[in-house]
Amino acid sequence: MPSNEHVRFIQGNEACVEGALYAGVEFFAGYPITPSSEIMEHLARRLPRRGGKFIQMEDEIASMCAIIGASLTGRKVLTATSGPGFSLMQEALGYAVMAEIPCVIVNVQRGGPSTGLPTQISQGDVNQARWGTHGDHAIIALTASNHQDVFAMTVEAFNMAETYRTPVVLLFDEVVGHMRERMVLPEPGQIPLVERLRTSVPEGVDYHPYLPREDGRLPMSDFGGVHRYNVTGLYHDMWGFPSDNPKVVHGLIRHLVDKIENNVDSIARYKAYYLEDARTVMVSYGATARSALHVVESQRRKGQKFGLLELQTLWPFPYDIVGEACGRAKQVLVVEMNMGHICAEVKRALTNAGNVFLINRLDGVFISPTDIRQALRLIAGRGV
Amino acid sequence: MSRTRLVFSGSGGQGVVTAAILLAEAAVLRENLFAVQTQSYGAAARGGATRADVIISADNINYPKVNQPNILVCLTQEAYSKYAPIIRPGGLLLTDLRYVKIERKVEARQRELPMYDSVMEKIGKPVVFNICMLGALIGLTQLVRVESILSVLETRLPAEVVAINRQALELGLTLSQTARPRVA
Repeated sequence: MPSNEHVRFIQGNEACVEGALYAGVEFFAGYPITPSSEIMEHLARRLPRRGGKFIQMEDEIASMCAIIGASLTGRKVLTATSGPGFSLMQEALGYAVMAEIPCVIVNVQRGGPSTGLPTQISQGDVNQARWGTHGDHAIIALTASNHQDVFAMTVEAFNMAETYRTPVVLLFDEVVGHMRERMVLPEPGQIPLVERLRTSVPEGVDYHPYLPREDGRLPMSDFGGVHRYNVTGLYHDMWGFPSDNPKVVHGLIRHLVDKIENNVDSIARYKAYYLEDARTVMVSYGATARSALHVVESQRRKGQKFGLLELQTLWPFPYDIVGEACGRAKQVLVVEMNMGHICAEVKRALTNAGNVFLINRLDGVFISPTDIRQALRLIAGRGV
Repeated sequence: MSRTRLVFSGSGGQGVVTAAILLAEAAVLRENLFAVQTQSYGAAARGGATRADVIISADNINYPKVNQPNILVCLTQEAYSKYAPIIRPGGLLLTDLRYVKIERKVEARQRELPMYDSVMEKIGKPVVFNICMLGALIGLTQLVRVESILSVLETRLPAEVVAINRQALELGLTLSQTARPRVA
């Protein structure tokens, strides 16, 4: 049993703050928006006390640009927003993808499109996280259904941002963000941290910011430090200078996508509940996975072979893992609060997509076990 | 202990959300139980019927909202009209005698206590109305120990206001002990 001093009773947004501090966040820039504002409020107080920097920017475009700049100088950086702010961040997010700048962006989802439903839950930004910025690219997006996992996934987001030199999106939702529950603060060192890979090239020697090592990783040099180099959103050569040489362009786009898509298994985080003999498999993530698990456990008590695959990595989508978990099921039920973002991917992962059903709610009301049971009856042809 | 589902309802500013957080926090931090607290945001949080949900359990809680509370607290007539129908049969309905007029019988233990009037008479500060309610609730249900609530209050509040909060908590406890079931 954990000692009392490590037990917290906090909101999901605070669990995210705890995770970010544990991971070593040093810079936060943001603009407040419901339902993410508590992340900003808590960091405004706590980050400066630890020697970090907190800045409230004029908007989300500036917030994203500020964290990109701070990251280039060698800092671990974070911003937090919700759908409308996330829309504004997309251009600079693409810049961070192209220039390979580690950063973490939290989107506590609310109802959209536009200003939508500020205080209510939705999971409608799943595909925005994937394709919100233009052009072919890869991205990492993680989520969580409870505060212990919000903490862990936040630490993982910082680790993956450094490992793959990429923006990582934390896609939480209003219910998890605002709900209060128990969380046990891990001891320092309990979750390993990935620190910035810095170049060993000394001052006065040519440093190639975009020349990968043999393992494909690109050591960084703190911008404004001992090396002068160029950073651009244009296709660029190993010096960081713009290039439209087809070989350079092709090499870079392949590199940007492959460094993530070739590591799907290393990036995949998920939880499996009762899947061994499950005939009905639910796939869910974020707060909705809590309602799905409630139904799965009550069905199990009745002897029904239900199981749950809770996804924590949404992008890159773990097609093989989903295929393996759902391949033998009689039916697959995807529970999410949107019009089927993950359901479409689950269908792509399975040869028999006809067995895949979407169970959703779009009205801002958190999907309940009763809603899911009602959908189960409809799917079984038994009516409401 | 199995699982207790509570709904605290009233109007914005009465402190029903704070009371819900204090109770859940006492359960988690002082009694090593599991608890989840959620609340209504938006228009309901600025006047109108405000609602805070708490589930307290010996084990992990998945679905965090309350559909049918075992324990329903209503501190305004509007909250009573809106939420009385959702109480779980056999549950407990706690209302404030000044603010709520009971209109119909529900299949639950009903306790009407003069919480607001007692707070104004004995302490004179309406701000601790919610703590008095919490005291009455603990007295009626023994959900958590009084010391657990006190200890959370001492951690969260500035020292100079702890005393009146303690007084309000004890006032609520006393009221709960004098309570008699409502004669229908």
